[in-house]
Amino acid sequence: MSTNVVVVGASMAGLRAAEQLRAAGWAGPITLVGEEPHMPYNRPPLSKEVLAGKAPFASLAFRPRAGVADVEWRLGTRAVRADLDRRVVELDDGTVLPYGGLVVATGMRPRRLRCPGPLTGRHTLRTLADAQGLRESLTRPGARVVVVGAGFIGCEVAATAVALGAAEVTVVDPLPLPMVGPLGELLARALLRRHEQRGVRFALGTGVTGFEGAEHVTGVRLDDGTVAAADVVVEAVGSVANTEWLDGNGLDLTDGVLTDGQLRVGGRHDVIAVGDVARFPNARYDGVPRRVEHWSIPTDTAKHAARVLAAHLTGTDAGLAPFAPLPTFWSDQHDFRLQSFGAPVLGKEDVRVLEGDPDGDVLAGYHRGGRLVGVVALGGRAAAAAAARHRAELLKQPALTA
Amino acid sequence: MKVVVDMNKCQDHGQCVFAAPDVFRFDDAGHLAHVPDPDDALRDEVEEAADVCPLQAIRIED
Repeated sequence: MSTNVVVVGASMAGLRAAEQLRAAGWAGPITLVGEEPHMPYNRPPLSKEVLAGKAPFASLAFRPRAGVADVEWRLGTRAVRADLDRRVVELDDGTVLPYGGLVVATGMRPRRLRCPGPLTGRHTLRTLADAQGLRESLTRPGARVVVVGAGFIGCEVAATAVALGAAEVTVVDPLPLPMVGPLGELLARALLRRHEQRGVRFALGTGVTGFEGAEHVTGVRLDDGTVAAADVVVEAVGSVANTEWLDGNGLDLTDGVLTDGQLRVGGRHDVIAVGDVARFPNARYDGVPRRVEHWSIPTDTAKHAARVLAAHLTGTDAGLAPFAPLPTFWSDQHDFRLQSFGAPVLGKEDVRVLEGDPDGDVLAGYHRGGRLVGVVALGGRAAAAAAARHRAELLKQPALTA
Repeated sequence: MKVVVDMNKCQDHGQCVFAAPDVFRFDDAGHLAHVPDPDDALRDEVEEAADVCPLQAIRIED
């Protein structure tokens, strides 16, 4: 049997998994398979500093820990199939890699809008290549920009486009407020006001029915038949898990890869999932498996899952409590920051202002069953510091049960 | 072990302070301060702090 650990996905989650396997005592061979030609790099700057032309690639690349100096990198190649019974992964160049341990770290790709119209001028934002292509379009003088989707990426791109001097920036979303999914109404309203004050327009409560233009997009047609003029369209309408290569193994792949509370896949001890492709229960909150697309999750999942896998491979007992991370996210937009700790999404029905007020620096607390489950700061440094003070309180609380 | 922080990159996320409170802290003015030559026993903590820095501003030199 092979003793190789194959990590499929060479982004942050894959890199952290390899590093954490070494930290957990796994000294055997590790192969990292990555579709992009680049070594793992940091994605948050793509919608901000990279779009704004302020960050060269060298500043994005992760500095791998010394422990992974001996891993084998297979970049620019993709896993097309896995057979978990035979313990092999097949790559698009025909290579078959046997494994003793498999790490699923293939992440997400942007969802695309399926409506009629030209494709040229429409962008998504996930990779460095995407960001470079979008920057070229955004920096053309007089660019009229329509961002479809008022989530994290959409709001960040809109803010960056304004800063780059775009002639018009319009954000379209079927929901009534930006980022209302993760934030709830109170902060979403405050966010809308801030964006509008800084020149972003919104077409909310409306979907997109098609794109105008012959070859290059000239406009975005909305539900009511009106057209928002556009030279550049950014589709920021969520993402799709890269799991097709795992088809045929009887796994639950309905939204990412379902794992147990130890991040193991399909009841197997030799397969773990890490990063935003993993759909895991968080024992801190309840038993419901969820995918979490926050920056903190690749590192958190890698640390736990690597201990689980290393223990299996070395025949020892990891003796770990179920995975119970404290998620965190942030988002920089214009001159303000959103900073979150915990799971505000679980407490959106009961949001209270803990400090400040929604027009200035504000800290909102999210409650479920009367208990604080998350905090989100919106504003400047003072708000972020207030959120950090409440982080300790969130950490101290015993696990909630559903 | 030597710890170097690129203060041109640092944007005060504070994740390093959570990960390695013995090495990183915010000073009274709210700016990041750190111990430049921590004891080697703190290596795990410092590596974790470097991992969780959203700006990748922390470097460990031996």
